[in-house]
Amino acid sequence: MRIGTDAVAAKGWLGAHKWLLARRLSQLGILLLFLLGPWAGIWIVKGNLSSSLTLGVLPLTDPFVLLQSLFAGQRPYRTALIGAAIVIGFYFLVGGRVFCAWVCPVNLVTDAAAWLRARLGLKGGARLSRATRYWMLALTLVLAAATGTLAWELINPVSMLHRGLIFGVGAAWLIVLAVFLLDAFVASRAWCGHLCPMGAFYGLLGKWSPLRVVAVRRAACNDCMDCFAVCPEPQVIRPALKGAGGAGPAILAGQCTNCGRCIDVCAKDVFAFGSRMAEAEQPVSGAPREAPPVE
Amino acid sequence: MSADHKPLSGAARRRFLADTARLACGVGLLGLGLGLYARRAQALPPAALRPPGALAEAEFPGACVRCGLCVRDCPYDILELARPEQPVATGTPYFVARRKPCEMCEDIPCVKACPTGALSHDLTDIDEARMGLAVLADQETCLNFLGLRCDVCYRVCPLMDKAITLERSHNERTGRHTRFVPTVHSDACTGCGKCEKACVLEVAAIKVYPIHLAKGELGAHYRLGWVEKQKAGKSLIEEQGIIDLPDRLPEPAAPAPGSQPGVPGALKGDRL
Repeated sequence: MRIGTDAVAAKGWLGAHKWLLARRLSQLGILLLFLLGPWAGIWIVKGNLSSSLTLGVLPLTDPFVLLQSLFAGQRPYRTALIGAAIVIGFYFLVGGRVFCAWVCPVNLVTDAAAWLRARLGLKGGARLSRATRYWMLALTLVLAAATGTLAWELINPVSMLHRGLIFGVGAAWLIVLAVFLLDAFVASRAWCGHLCPMGAFYGLLGKWSPLRVVAVRRAACNDCMDCFAVCPEPQVIRPALKGAGGAGPAILAGQCTNCGRCIDVCAKDVFAFGSRMAEAEQPVSGAPREAPPVE
Repeated sequence: MSADHKPLSGAARRRFLADTARLACGVGLLGLGLGLYARRAQALPPAALRPPGALAEAEFPGACVRCGLCVRDCPYDILELARPEQPVATGTPYFVARRKPCEMCEDIPCVKACPTGALSHDLTDIDEARMGLAVLADQETCLNFLGLRCDVCYRVCPLMDKAITLERSHNERTGRHTRFVPTVHSDACTGCGKCEKACVLEVAAIKVYPIHLAKGELGAHYRLGWVEKQKAGKSLIEEQGIIDLPDRLPEPAAPAPGSQPGVPGALKGDRL
């Protein structure tokens, strides 16, 4: 049975794809804002995700690329520092990896690969540690310091794809294709969930962010496992959902991308966006929603 | 992650160490490859020029975040961001003079747009920009060198008579004409590339090169006597009692007809 069939039956197709649609709207909308300039001459946003200027006043700079520049021994101007501070503040509040799920154009590519993988029923693949990304993050910074250049930006698929879409793609599509093939055929969620240093950086940035996915009604969970199957970082769910060791219902791991797919695919409405301090609803307080008997 | 706090069994410890080693080696290999590639990518091809105010090429690829704001604010669409297949560090801005030279806007919008300082905001007068240096690379095809009056590079130069002058010399071929030799002066040339763009030849005879390729450098200890003399307002060695040895010439057996007797000192050149 396909993931989310129960949820579609319980909430309707729209109800079971609410956050997915919102996320695609956000990803494409942000891309469109950047493309309106070169395509239609409407310059709301100039630049790209590495650094941009909105309406001629609001500077935004990717803190990850700026960090590399600092490691490369450069002292950026205040405009870039202010832009990075705004971005850091925003993602600190809403969750660092909101960037990955709601903004990053590569997410469209890797989600497509995950979809293909599921449709083809591919299982297994190369064994990669989810900690690889932190090593990659360290590597990008060490390389920047050792070479004095933004070495990672020579091949970073994230900035390359976004820049390519806006300024002309050239051979960047080959690198994007490589990411797609990696995710589809080499290992599940290989890029975003295991390797990408940018995701690692934003994950660390959002480690203490207040906005979280919360398993508020975890008592209603019927162990259908759809949330685990759909989640790009399934290891983050268990503590919050199962409450082992007295864990609260909020998903606290910085690796959670706040994509909201678990909210969508849960027929029992276990999950919701909330605060990291949120507490679980007591099963007695709800309508007659008892945990189903263990089969 | 959560299981890491428990003490590990022997087998688990070994597996942890093996996994960590595997990880470190894999990432290290990637780093080695990428590091070497990054070193190579730092070599900018001579035809690619950076926008005005760009930091030195050793600094630039570390300071530029590849946002393209300079590209957007260039009113003449001259700048491009390098694509991965091009021989310029991916995503960094450049222009090619022969295709589209810098128009040298007085307000330098590309520099103002740069958020990081990879294009230094210290550059406020476009005439002070040093994007490269024009060199009359081929004297064999330059029409002015051949004795014709092309003069196009001289005439399109935004700093005419400062960055490029026409120096007159005798045309030995005809014996009775003057050659007007385009001569670039590095103290004024901004490297905008208008001369290279305008050169009427199939392949430009005058080209803008990166300054480190175009320019020679005197030894730091060299002193040009005539410059020192001008600075001091007088000769620095005349009063020091330096003995000026007589210049020796072969004794003429007999005065040649129409020639002066040897005059010592008349052949003395300028002192270095």
